[in-house]
Amino acid sequence: MSEAREYQHIGQRTIRPDGFDKVTGKANYGADLSIPGMIWGAILRSPHAHAKITSLDVSEAEAHPDVFAVATYQDFPSVNAEAVAAGTARKDLFDTAANVLADTKVLYHGHAIAAVAARTEAAAQAALELIQVAYEVLDPVLTIDAAIKDGAALLHDNMMTQGLLEPASAASNIAARMELKKGDIDLGFEAADIIVERSYETPTVHQGYIEPHATTVRFDDNGPSMIWCPTQGHFDVRARVAQLLNMELGQIKVVASEIGGGFGGKTTVYLEPVALILSKKSGRPVKMTMSREDVFRASGPASASQSKVKIGAKSDGTITAMQASLHYEAGAFKGSPMGPGCMTIFTPYDVENMYVEGFDVVVNKPKAAAYRAPGAPQAEFAAEMAVNELASKLGMDPIDLRLKNAAKEGTQTIYGPKLKTVGLEACLLAAKSSPHYQSTLQENAGRGLAAGFWFNIGGQSSVMIHLNPDGTGSIIEGSPDIGGSRASMQMMAAEVLGVSPSTLNPIVADTEHVAYNQTTGGSRTTFATGMAVIEAAEDIVDQLKARAAELWNVTPEQVDYKNGVAYNLSSDERLSLAEICAKAEKTGGQITGRANINARGAGPSFAVHLCDVQVDPETGKTDVLRYTAIQDAGKAIHPSYVEGQFQGGAVQGIGWALNEEYVYSADGVMENAGFLDYRIPLASDLPEIETIIVEVPNSFHPFGVRGVGETGIVPPLAAVGTAVSEAIGLPITSLPCSPPKLLELIMKRG
Amino acid sequence: MKTHVSTVVNGDAVEFLCSPSDTLLHALRNEIGLTGTKEGCGSGDCGACSVMLDGALVCSCLVLGVEAQGSQVETIEGIAHQDKLHVIQEKFLEHAALQCGICTPGLIVSTKALLEENPAPTEEEARYYLAGNLCRCTGYDKIIKAVMDAADVMRQGA
Ligand code: FES
Ligand code: FES
Repeated sequence: MSEAREYQHIGQRTIRPDGFDKVTGKANYGADLSIPGMIWGAILRSPHAHAKITSLDVSEAEAHPDVFAVATYQDFPSVNAEAVAAGTARKDLFDTAANVLADTKVLYHGHAIAAVAARTEAAAQAALELIQVAYEVLDPVLTIDAAIKDGAALLHDNMMTQGLLEPASAASNIAARMELKKGDIDLGFEAADIIVERSYETPTVHQGYIEPHATTVRFDDNGPSMIWCPTQGHFDVRARVAQLLNMELGQIKVVASEIGGGFGGKTTVYLEPVALILSKKSGRPVKMTMSREDVFRASGPASASQSKVKIGAKSDGTITAMQASLHYEAGAFKGSPMGPGCMTIFTPYDVENMYVEGFDVVVNKPKAAAYRAPGAPQAEFAAEMAVNELASKLGMDPIDLRLKNAAKEGTQTIYGPKLKTVGLEACLLAAKSSPHYQSTLQENAGRGLAAGFWFNIGGQSSVMIHLNPDGTGSIIEGSPDIGGSRASMQMMAAEVLGVSPSTLNPIVADTEHVAYNQTTGGSRTTFATGMAVIEAAEDIVDQLKARAAELWNVTPEQVDYKNGVAYNLSSDERLSLAEICAKAEKTGGQITGRANINARGAGPSFAVHLCDVQVDPETGKTDVLRYTAIQDAGKAIHPSYVEGQFQGGAVQGIGWALNEEYVYSADGVMENAGFLDYRIPLASDLPEIETIIVEVPNSFHPFGVRGVGETGIVPPLAAVGTAVSEAIGLPITSLPCSPPKLLELIMKRG
Repeated sequence: MKTHVSTVVNGDAVEFLCSPSDTLLHALRNEIGLTGTKEGCGSGDCGACSVMLDGALVCSCLVLGVEAQGSQVETIEGIAHQDKLHVIQEKFLEHAALQCGICTPGLIVSTKALLEENPAPTEEEARYYLAGNLCRCTGYDKIIKAVMDAADVMRQGA
C-alpha cells in the first residue's frame, strides 16, 4: 500500500505555479480590484461596547451630494421571522445580519451600525459624521465571570441556554451547554493514586492575517451580481449573501481573489452583503476595505477561555480519569468553538473514564470566528499543562507518560467514533529520538513538550481537468489557495496522468465556473479537493485508454496506461497523452475529466512540539531558544509547504503563549487595536523552527494524505507554557506569559 | 486641492494628482495602478507597503504622495527584469518562503535593501533587519533561509 509506492512527483519540492505572480506583485488580492465607475463604501461603528440604539437618522447623509447610498439593518429584505419559520432562511441569519449591521443594539465597540457609499474614500468617511445615532448605554460584559454572574446585564434578552438537563427558565448569557462522557468518571478517580487539578485561562487573540478584509462588488439586475473578495470559501459567501439579500444562488457570482491569510477568520462575511446593498441602491460598483483597526475591533477573534481540568493516575503512570469543564467566549453572538474544544481536549489519550462539559458564553466583544483548529488550542493547553504537571509529580518523562497512555488505532474517542490508524505514538517516538530532545538544556532554561490533536474534515469538492490539443491542460478547482494548495493539486494530477506538473495549470474558479466546493478550512483542501483532483485525473486516464483503443481498433481493456503513455497490450503500439490529445478530434472531441465528491475518511493529525526557553529575571521577557514541531502528515505531497504549515502554526501558537491578547478598558474599548501594541511574533523574536514530518498514511486517501494545516497551532501553548514554568520554577496557569505577568510572578517568588 | 506630482517609478517617468494627505502607498495603488505594494496596517507596523524612495527603504504608508515629487521610487514591480526573476525572488520560490504571499512584495523589497547595505549578513542580522516585515503564515523560517541563500548566490555573482 501507500508506504511502498514510488512516486514521480508526490514528495518533490516543485515551484508553486502561482509563485511568479506572487513574487512580482502581479497577483491580485482583496483590495486590488478597481472597476470603472466604482464608488467607495465606509462603515459607521459603535463607540460603545454595549448599548441600545434608541434612534438612527441617516437622512442628512442620504441628502449629501457626494453620497450615493446609505445602508442599515432595515435593508436586509429576507431577515424576518417568517422566512426562518418557512425554512427559507437559516436561524443564524439573524446573527449574521445583526453582526454586519446592528439591529436594535450594539454589542461591541466597533460594531457596524450603518454604511454609506460616496464618490471617494474620503467623502464616504466624511459622510459618516452626518449620521445621527442616539444610544442608551448599558453595562459592558467583558469576561466569562462577569457574563455568568447573577444579575449580569444580558446581551440578548431572549437567549435561553440550550443543552441544559432541564429547559432554561430565564434568559442568560450562556448560549449553550454540552457534555461528553465515556466510562465512569467517579470510578476512574477512585482508582487513582494521584490527582492533579488546576484551572487555566487563555486570552482573546486575533488570527492576525496581514491582509485586511476588502471587497469590490457590482449589483446587476439583469445578470449575476459580482462579488470580488478574499475568502476561504466563496461558495459560502454566495450562500450567505443570497440569504441575507433574498436572492437566488444563480444571481450572485463570487470571485475569490488571492487571499492574504485567513486561518479561519475569512470563513464568514462582514463587508460583502453591505457593499452589495450599497451597490444595489446606488446602481454603481462599490469598493470597501477595513482598516487594521477595524480588523481587530470587528472581525476575527478567537475565543478567550477558562478551563478546569482534573486528571487521576496510578503511580505507574496509567491515567484512570480525565475531567474538564470549559468555558468559551463567543463574543457578541452565540457560537464559540466550545464543541470542538470538548471533543479534542483528551483525544490524545486512551483513557477509560472521561467527562467534559462545555459552555458557550456571550460577551461584549466581536463575534468570535474560527482560528486554526478552532477551540482545540485553548482546551488542549489546559489538558497538556496538567499532564505535564502529572509527569513531574510522578517523576516520569513526559514522553514516556504519554506513550503509556497514547491514543492509537481502536481507541474509543469521547465524541463517538473509534480512531483508525493514527500517528501519535510515531510522533512521540520521533520526538524522543529527535536531536532537540537529545540535546542538553542550556543553563537557566526550561524545556516543555506537548501533544496536540485535530480531527481534519473531508466534505464536498468539485474539480474539472481540461486537456488541450497539445496535451497541456488546466485543473479547474474551487478551493481558495491560502498557502500553496495549487502546487499540491498540480502534483497529484500530474502523478495520476504521468505528465510533468508544469504542463497543468491549476485555476481557482469563481462560483459560476465550477460546482460547489466547501470552504478551505478544517485542513480539508489537500485531502478532499486533492481526492477530487485524483478522481478527475483518473477519469481522464479512462478516457485516454478509450480514445487510444478507438485509434487502435481494440477494446479499452486491451490498453494499459502508465507514466503518460498508453500501451496497446496486443501489439507494441504506444501513444503518449499528448498524441492522444492531438488526435482527439477524430475520436469524439477534446477531453475533460471531472469529479464531484463528498470526501469521507479524513485522517486525524497528531503532533508533538518541543520548546526550550529562557526567561530574563530582570524584565520577564521570554526568549525561545529552540523549537521543534513533529507532526503526522499521512503523506506529504509537497514537503516544503507541509513544513511551512507546521512552522506557521507553531509560531502563531508561540505568539498566543507569549504576547498576544486583546487588552480592554473598563468600558469595553480594545486598547491595542494595531500591530504595534498587539504584537505578533517578528523574525527577530524567533529561532529556526525545526520540523520532523511523520508519515503514517491515511488509508482512505489514495496517496495517504491527512490534513496538516491546523494541528500545528495546538501544542505550542502548553509546550511554551511548560517551558516557561520550568524556567521560572512556578506553575503557569494563564496566557499570555507576557513580560509584566512573568515579572510579577518572579517578584512574588522572590 | 490636488497637487500634480512628477516622479520616476521603476525607471518610468510618472505623473499623478494627489491630495495633500494622500500617502505614497495610496498614490501607487490607486493613482498609478501598481497594486503589488500592499497595505497591511497603514501605520508603519507591518512592512507590507515597503518601497525604495531615492535609495532608502521606507514604509510607503508613512510617506506622503507629494514627497515623491522629483524622486526615484522602486516597487516590487521593478525588481524582476521582465520574465527574469531577481535572485531574491527565485530563492523565495525555491525555499517556499511564501504561503499566502501578501507579505512577500514587502519582504522582497526589504531583503534587496538589506543585501545592498550588507551583502554578508549573519542570520541574526537578517532577522533584525527584517523585523519590520510581518509575516503571519510562515513563522519566518523559510524566509530567512531564502534570504541567506540569496545573499550567498549574490556574493558569488558579484
Ligand atoms: S501598510 Fe505600511 S507598514 Fe503596514
Ligand atoms: S506568507 Fe502570508 S503573511 Fe507571509
